[in-house]
Amino acid sequence: MQRFENFTRRQFLGLAGGAAMSGAIPIVTLRPAAATPETLASAISNVVGAAMVRTGKVKMDVPPLVENGNTVPLTVSVSNPMTSSDYVKSIHVFNEKNPQPNVISVQLGSRAGKAEVATRIRLATTQKLTAIAEMSDGTCWSDTQEVVVTLAACLEDLQP
Amino acid sequence: MSARALINVPKTAKRGDVIEIKTLISHVMETGYRHGTNGQGIPRDIITSFSCKYNGEEIFGTQLYPAVAANPFFTFHAVASESGTISFHWVGDNGFEVTEEAKIAVE
Repeated sequence: MQRFENFTRRQFLGLAGGAAMSGAIPIVTLRPAAATPETLASAISNVVGAAMVRTGKVKMDVPPLVENGNTVPLTVSVSNPMTSSDYVKSIHVFNEKNPQPNVISVQLGSRAGKAEVATRIRLATTQKLTAIAEMSDGTCWSDTQEVVVTLAACLEDLQP
Repeated sequence: MSARALINVPKTAKRGDVIEIKTLISHVMETGYRHGTNGQGIPRDIITSFSCKYNGEEIFGTQLYPAVAANPFFTFHAVASESGTISFHWVGDNGFEVTEEAKIAVE
């Protein structure tokens, strides 16, 4: 009991509150609300490995302002001749603030003829998109665009 | 599970031309991050991969994540090298699997 003699009521309550807070944190983080910069960075490094990512060659075509984040048209094109010796191996798209950092990964080959892919994606909120293209010679190129979303995906009410 | 797929491939092409292929498949692409009216989480139900083969050789492959919008749509390209079959294959959660084919005549 000797140890607790200098313990004031204020300190005790502070500690107890802190313990309750730390107990509550894992419950909150069970479902990440947004991909953190760390998960984005690790998702990118999973794909490109040690290769250096340079800006250029890739062109991401996405509207700068979208009303509805549930369907956002996205086109990624890479300036490349697409010959059997020089072609785009893969294109990866990442986002900053969706629950998961990956959006889509595409594998191409010289038979694709043209390194261009279009699809529709979801965006949880206003954020940056990054497209990375891996060439047949191992180099990686990227492009980043910011998209402003006025109505987010995944948040609309469900009909009973 | 049935799903409607729409495919747009030119019927004929000149040898060596780059053709545009468009595909659309009906699927909810439930992210797994939403909650129903009872507060229960709605389990994930998405298409996880899609691939396209030209006479058996894969020319386009993709992995999909929940960030892909419902009814996944793709536009991509291929070199019309010979006449034959272009096949499309979607695979998803809960045993979802759809295969479609289109014929192309190359002159």
